[in-house]
Amino acid sequence: MLWYALRRFVLALPLLVGITFVSFIVIHLAPGDPLEMQLGEMNPESSTQAKQMLREFYGLDKPLPVQYWNWLLRLARLDFGRSFMPDGRPVLAKIGERLPVTLLLNLVEMIIILALAVPIGILSATRQYSRFDKVTTVFVFVGFATPDFWLALLLMMLFGVQLGWLPISGLRSLNWEYLGFWPQQWDFFSHLLLPIVVATFGGLAGFSRYMRQSMLEVIRQDYIQSARAKGLAERVVIGKHALRNAMLPIVTILGLSLPGLIGGSVIVETVFAIPGMGQLMVQSVFQRDYPVIMANLVIVSVLTLLANLVADLSYGLVDPRIRLAGRRGRR
Amino acid sequence: MNRLPARVVLALLLFGGAAALAGCSSEVGSAIDDGPGAAGVKPAYGDTLVEAITGNVSGLIPNITADSASHEIGNLLYSGLVKRNRELNLVGDLAESWTFSPDCLQLTFSLRKDVHWHDGHPFTAEDVIFTYQTAIHPKTPTAYREDFRAVESAEVVDPHTVRITYRKPYAKALQSWGTWMLPRHLLERFVLEGRLRDAPQNWVSPVGTGPYRFKEMRSGEKIVLVANPDFYEGRPYVSRIVYRVIPSQATIFLELKAKGVDAAGLTALQYRRQTEYPAFRKAYWKFRYPSNAYTYLGFNLKDPRFADKRVRHAFAHAINKGELIEGVRMGMGRDATGPYKPGTWAYNPEVARYPYDLPRARRLLAEAGWATQNGDGLLVKDGQPFTFTLLTNQGNDERKKIAEIVQASLRELGVGVEIRVLEWASFLKEYVKKRRFDAIILGWGIGLDPDQYEIWHSSKTGPDELNVISFANAEVDRLLEQGRQSCREAERKQYYSRIQEILADEQPIVFLYFPDALPAVSRRVYGIVESPNGIRFNFTEWYIPTALQRYTSE
Repeated sequence: MLWYALRRFVLALPLLVGITFVSFIVIHLAPGDPLEMQLGEMNPESSTQAKQMLREFYGLDKPLPVQYWNWLLRLARLDFGRSFMPDGRPVLAKIGERLPVTLLLNLVEMIIILALAVPIGILSATRQYSRFDKVTTVFVFVGFATPDFWLALLLMMLFGVQLGWLPISGLRSLNWEYLGFWPQQWDFFSHLLLPIVVATFGGLAGFSRYMRQSMLEVIRQDYIQSARAKGLAERVVIGKHALRNAMLPIVTILGLSLPGLIGGSVIVETVFAIPGMGQLMVQSVFQRDYPVIMANLVIVSVLTLLANLVADLSYGLVDPRIRLAGRRGRR
Repeated sequence: MNRLPARVVLALLLFGGAAALAGCSSEVGSAIDDGPGAAGVKPAYGDTLVEAITGNVSGLIPNITADSASHEIGNLLYSGLVKRNRELNLVGDLAESWTFSPDCLQLTFSLRKDVHWHDGHPFTAEDVIFTYQTAIHPKTPTAYREDFRAVESAEVVDPHTVRITYRKPYAKALQSWGTWMLPRHLLERFVLEGRLRDAPQNWVSPVGTGPYRFKEMRSGEKIVLVANPDFYEGRPYVSRIVYRVIPSQATIFLELKAKGVDAAGLTALQYRRQTEYPAFRKAYWKFRYPSNAYTYLGFNLKDPRFADKRVRHAFAHAINKGELIEGVRMGMGRDATGPYKPGTWAYNPEVARYPYDLPRARRLLAEAGWATQNGDGLLVKDGQPFTFTLLTNQGNDERKKIAEIVQASLRELGVGVEIRVLEWASFLKEYVKKRRFDAIILGWGIGLDPDQYEIWHSSKTGPDELNVISFANAEVDRLLEQGRQSCREAERKQYYSRIQEILADEQPIVFLYFPDALPAVSRRVYGIVESPNGIRFNFTEWYIPTALQRYTSE
């Protein structure tokens, strides 16, 4: 098992380098460069010499392979460099200040999604074609089909403008500093409420459907029949025997959504003016802020590779058959 | 806020009318009962004004940034030697007065003696020289040193007098000293080491001479400024300004409706329809004045079909500008007759105009040899039907609509137009800069100085240069050269008047319209005056009467 994990880990390294290489090239192929984005293209006040000077300053005058090599060398020392934006701050500092709120938002969202999707999935599977199943199916597909930004704007109009119950955007009220401890918490929470609802609504659909599907497959298996034949209560049959097996695919999907936790939701963050990772990434792309884009990509790719690995390994833990296959592979 | 228009010059506008809240200009307001400048209400200190910006500032030393947010905030933190008043004339700011030598080569400023930096240090001539040195220092990462390249020497005469000598007369000399003055005592070593960006003043503790001081910044969230009690023109009334970072325009509008922000630019649709209900009118003043930008239909003059002036005239006659402005901006725009905004000193109204006149357009095309039509109803010359491709950029609905209107209008004449909408960066890089187009819909932002050498001079048609349509006219060349080398407005006015006559006659592009800037500001705020210079020029005189104040400030 350990050997298997180690081998997978080592194999992931060239994969990571490959991913970064392709991304690096593709990003630099996009028309426009950071200077044109910063100084305004076709701005007569910014002379060509000035741009050239800035290009040298950022090392953008060198051939692409050289730029990539230099970037890789720095990465090997875990140095993500400095942003190309005029503030020139270290990339990690920029990411560091954006990460907590995105993590918080996405973790809460994920927990709510799981807490709702799993029971919904189980119920609609065990009561297939019941009224509950039909209603949730419709609900879930509506959620799937509703564009995030549209729902967000509608909710903002209702709760923010018409009713005035909730703040529309941002993280804190302007007078936050002057509030007491509990009002501060409420203020923060009320700002996050709508974003979480919007993000959850969209994500719920996928998960509850996966859960339903997987459960449906499991309860048709022979061992569920035998569990029932043993005279076990239906609650135990479903809750213990079926659920465990049905959770397998969910674990994989969960693992794969790990990178999404820090990637952030671009739309939700932009519409609600939440200064998170999604916003940072979008701004960086628009500004062609290569170091920030690359750092983001590296983090997300590492997490994806890790998540894959963890998902595979945990499979082994949950499912004895896969564990066996792993042992065979080692020989 | 309109303290320093020099920076905003001529940048190609991506979004029509994006200039909304930046300093703009001129005439009519909305039909407001008493008017925001209302006398009779007592000015008062205090309260907070909440504004929205769509992006993070990229630094707090505006001399080395280029985004509009950092310039808007920089205008409140810093000041320059001169600024533009409500009539757009240059008046003294940090400079009490100035004199030009008769040959325009020497410019001498006498500085105010009562000015202090936000840290208490006195402001002197040394700081002016330092700002100049910073601009021309090879390691300063600024793209804006052109203005200062023309300077031969800058010297301190006495602690409150500076003398600038130019190699040759430079028309924008005076305006260029409206640049944000930087403190030598804090920034000198960073400039010498070429590390100005790393200076704490660029990120956590900017020190200027402007009406507001920096309080705090939360990246991606907000920037807070507080009134500078020692401001040399008197403490500003509004005590605190909070800039909230809200990337989505739709969200900003909702925040405006919910009173989460006090001021924002409106779109034409919002101005005309979505804000026309009593509650909004009760809560906001709405303003309307032409912005410093115009939209045009440009031709590639290298194309023999467009090189024929009669064809360009025909197109100008075929486009109904009134209907076009109504269609794409709900009427919120002004007819453009040339590259200068009506109401500014360089504007010349006495130029050729091209009223909507289809028969005349047909005649002109016939004279140019486009007389017969083929089976598809297209005009034909030498066996070739008259069709061309019209390019514009994605993400700008206005331009797409214009393209469609042009397409329909020209179809009436028997000219086929194919529209292609391209992603902005590749549109510029692959098509505009390489001159690979028949015709384009684009816009120019215009500066407050009328010098447009870079856009119209025949020497500027190279691949990276801005005369994208390849316009060449010997007289215009000469006038442009003369215009940028004089320091006398009356003389320059003649040159630019003539340039406008020629451009109107040549129609190298069809000048379409100046979109209106449509800002809304909370009715709590009094003292706002609409002027040719927009509404922001007297920002420090805005106030909120005590009874209407909403936020207490320490």
